[in-house]
Amino acid sequence: MPEQRRIIFKHIDSPGYTNDIACYQQNGGYETLKAAVLRKPEELIEEVKKSGLRGRGGAGFSCGLKWSLLDRKSGKPIYLIVNADESEPGTFKDRYILHQDPHQLIEGMMITCFANNVKQAYIYIRGEFPEGARILEKALAEARKANFVGSNIVGTTYSCDIFVHRGAGAYICGEETGLIESIEGKRPYPRIKPPFFPAVLGLYQCPTIVNNVETLCHVKHIAAMGGEAYSKIGTPGNTGTRILCVSGHVKRPGYYEFEVGKLTLGELLNDVCGGPLPGRTFKAVIPGGSSAKILRFGERFKGKRKVGAEMQDYDWGLDDVPMDFDSLAMIGSMAGSGGVIVMDDSVSMVEALANINAFYAHESCGQCTPCREGSLWMKRITNRMVLGGARPEDGALLKNVADQIAGRTICAFGEACSWPTQSFVLKFGEEFKTYAERTKDSSATLATTPLV
Amino acid sequence: MIATPTVDLITVNIDGKDVAVPKGTNVIEAAAKVGVDVPHYCYHPKLTVVGNCRMCLVEMGLPAVDPATKTPVMDPATGKQKINWMPRPVIGCATNASPGLHIRTTTQLVKDCREGVMEFLLVNHPLDCPICDQAGECKLQEQATGYGRGYSRYVEDKNVKPKRTVLGPRVTLDDERCILCSRCIRFSKEVAKDDVLGFIDRGSTSTLTCFPGKQLENNYSLNTVDICPVGALTSTDFRFKMRVWFLKQTNSIDTETSVGANTVVWSREGQIYRITPRQNDEVNDTWMADSGRILYKQVKAEDRLTHTSVAKQAASLAEAITKASELIKANAGAVRLVASGKNTVEEQFLIKHLADSLATKTSLISRVGAGDNILVSKDHNPNVRGALLTGLISELPTAQLTTLSSEIDSGKVKVVISFSEDLTAAGISESQLSKVQVIYIGTHHNKTSGLAAIVIPSLTVFEKSGTFINQQFRIQKFVAAVPGPAGVVDDLVILTHLTSSLHGTTVQLTQAAGLLAQTWTSLSATIPSLAPLSFSTIPDTGLLVDSTAFAKLPFVETETLHFKPVV
Repeated sequence: MPEQRRIIFKHIDSPGYTNDIACYQQNGGYETLKAAVLRKPEELIEEVKKSGLRGRGGAGFSCGLKWSLLDRKSGKPIYLIVNADESEPGTFKDRYILHQDPHQLIEGMMITCFANNVKQAYIYIRGEFPEGARILEKALAEARKANFVGSNIVGTTYSCDIFVHRGAGAYICGEETGLIESIEGKRPYPRIKPPFFPAVLGLYQCPTIVNNVETLCHVKHIAAMGGEAYSKIGTPGNTGTRILCVSGHVKRPGYYEFEVGKLTLGELLNDVCGGPLPGRTFKAVIPGGSSAKILRFGERFKGKRKVGAEMQDYDWGLDDVPMDFDSLAMIGSMAGSGGVIVMDDSVSMVEALANINAFYAHESCGQCTPCREGSLWMKRITNRMVLGGARPEDGALLKNVADQIAGRTICAFGEACSWPTQSFVLKFGEEFKTYAERTKDSSATLATTPLV
Repeated sequence: MIATPTVDLITVNIDGKDVAVPKGTNVIEAAAKVGVDVPHYCYHPKLTVVGNCRMCLVEMGLPAVDPATKTPVMDPATGKQKINWMPRPVIGCATNASPGLHIRTTTQLVKDCREGVMEFLLVNHPLDCPICDQAGECKLQEQATGYGRGYSRYVEDKNVKPKRTVLGPRVTLDDERCILCSRCIRFSKEVAKDDVLGFIDRGSTSTLTCFPGKQLENNYSLNTVDICPVGALTSTDFRFKMRVWFLKQTNSIDTETSVGANTVVWSREGQIYRITPRQNDEVNDTWMADSGRILYKQVKAEDRLTHTSVAKQAASLAEAITKASELIKANAGAVRLVASGKNTVEEQFLIKHLADSLATKTSLISRVGAGDNILVSKDHNPNVRGALLTGLISELPTAQLTTLSSEIDSGKVKVVISFSEDLTAAGISESQLSKVQVIYIGTHHNKTSGLAAIVIPSLTVFEKSGTFINQQFRIQKFVAAVPGPAGVVDDLVILTHLTSSLHGTTVQLTQAAGLLAQTWTSLSATIPSLAPLSFSTIPDTGLLVDSTAFAKLPFVETETLHFKPVV
């Protein structure tokens, strides 16, 4: 069985490990920051570039590249925002960091701020995490008292403060420009890009870095061990470790931290998570949060991929797919936020999609037309289907509606809400076709209220 | 003429056609230059770009450049630089022209995008065009016809929202029709500077509303109705009164202040139904004040003068003219004229002639009031500059006619001719007026007309054609939209008859149109700054005239849209 490699989650759930600063420092906390502020900021940026760190929020964008896109010549202040609006269904990694190891995040943030000459940073935490916000405020007070945050930190001339900003309960606030609008006190309508790239025109129209909680924790470890050493963890192009949140129909759901690409989906589900529930078989899995495209067990994926410098053929079953950014993208889904949602043969795909569609229809901000109207329409179709009104043509209609959304919206929510529908219908089309038949005779037993 | 500053022109290619546009022009505007329509809802040329309707999706390509050598990559097939087409469509409103930008609007992808967006906009939109007030001028209707699929695949229930929300004293909202384009929100914030509108709730249930405790009551609220691309925001005054396709559109000018906003008067069968702004990028952009939109109500007002009278007895126009000229002749040397800053340039010119032939002076009454630094200036007379240019006056008008007042008291003045002005509002008491004989030529009844010996009704701005000169010294023309009341003639006709009657000559009752052209012949011959012009050659958006002679006058206007006072 593949072994976990816990870097970020080293202390999570350890007996006796508490989230106060004393415990953190007893375990070596803030030593990296103390060492980092004695280095040149450019060196730290270089370490992150060398590490090959990719964002853990969903898109898997290179962290070093993101920092290098910052407009440093504008003369405007540079802001750092931590995206702690962990809202993607199936994802529950950041909350453990926030709840159990908040100082790890603060240390990662301060190193990032120092490296990028940030004087003011924000933690945007989702409204549904009130406890997390309280813990962060307490941790920040401790860190300020200990002079790790605030004016002239650890005896240097460098000053930077961190503020916690609570959301009010909207998925769209996890979209970085929506998040920025929200901090500015407006409706979190994502901005149009171009021209409003955060690296140039971000918070208050100043250059801004927006990074995920887990990503910034990795920065701390990169600063500690060096970019070179970090890049040897995981696989080339998919470096480091990442936390996988497994939910659904497995024996041992939960969070697991592995080197990226060092284990396959089959190993994760069968060995690590104990396989399917008794008497059941796996039917489908969503590998990167509910917006990632669903994968069907029994599918095979063939093609060529780059291994090292050369191209190699691959012929994978779903079990063989390595859990890294590139492999999951290659087979038509994504590593996303690391939320692995498993469904066994007890699940009706129409009903599962109805659930997902209800979520996205509820969370569409309403700014641009395709997402606003399309997400609601898809929800209404799947709701009607599960309430006994299914028609054989609904699958095709659903797919066509989804096709009219993806790639035509202001932000990535368009893809987030249409990819589930597109992939469910593509992979389980026959279930959508026969759903009308199947439910025709048993309509009396169907739920009389929407599932969600 | 004011020289336009030189701009950097760059060449972009739209559907295979090259067009040179200033740098930064967006794709919608650039495409319009080559006659390519890029449909859109949320984009408005005078508001910030938000890109939320997604109707203007087009395909975009940029010239290929070798990443290593930075040299252009040529396409051997065409011998031209290769174009790298983006896999995803982009929005035209937020895509600015850059050198070599290529745009395609006729491909299958663009067609699919437009059909998709149209379908989405209609799924929760009431399809009740036959009873919708916007029908006939609805972008949704037009673009559904032009770019939609033509049928619906939607079988679910539609959203239900409030149907007649009162947003303010003049605007009513039908929420179900709203397509959430946010034009009204941006207008209120950016142009009217009154940030009162916003959306509440989210997704498809988003609803336009006023901020708590506020209403949409600023003097520009009706512009939100104009720019609403659908039937969501409606004018409480106009809604359900008339189908727009029955209405005749006539170019006019707002007379409420010296800004001279360009307008369109919408009328049918001699009745005016509404006034909307007409685009003039040098004057009012696409906006006008609400207060200017109700001015048409003066046409059918209770106090409108419709009958000629002499000594309170009904009389024909010929009788009144004869009586007036007798009165004037009998009191030669004791006649004074009070003209108006609301008279047209042509009228002022003829009044000046009349004054010259009587060797008397003309006064003008000022109307200085509140301005809002947007499109309501402090000078509530639309045409003081016309009076200056025609030589009718040489100093700015005053609020009080003090000289006239003392001349009446001293018995020096026996006859006063007033052109639509109520002298009692300018410091002449009713008892003073009863000491003189008043000839009143005007549109509405007032205390002065009530005391007048001779009353000759005349036409409102909506019933005649002419020109005004606004605060910028821009001469702007307007055209008669509706006929005047039966028997009421143009001021130019009245003035011509009065003048010829005084000279003992007779003229045929001339048509006003002929008179207008005739007046312009003399105008351009007499006034150097109008020399090359005639009424028909003045462009619809007006023309700046030489104002150097008046640069020293202390005009009352402060800064407004597109106007800065000369310091």
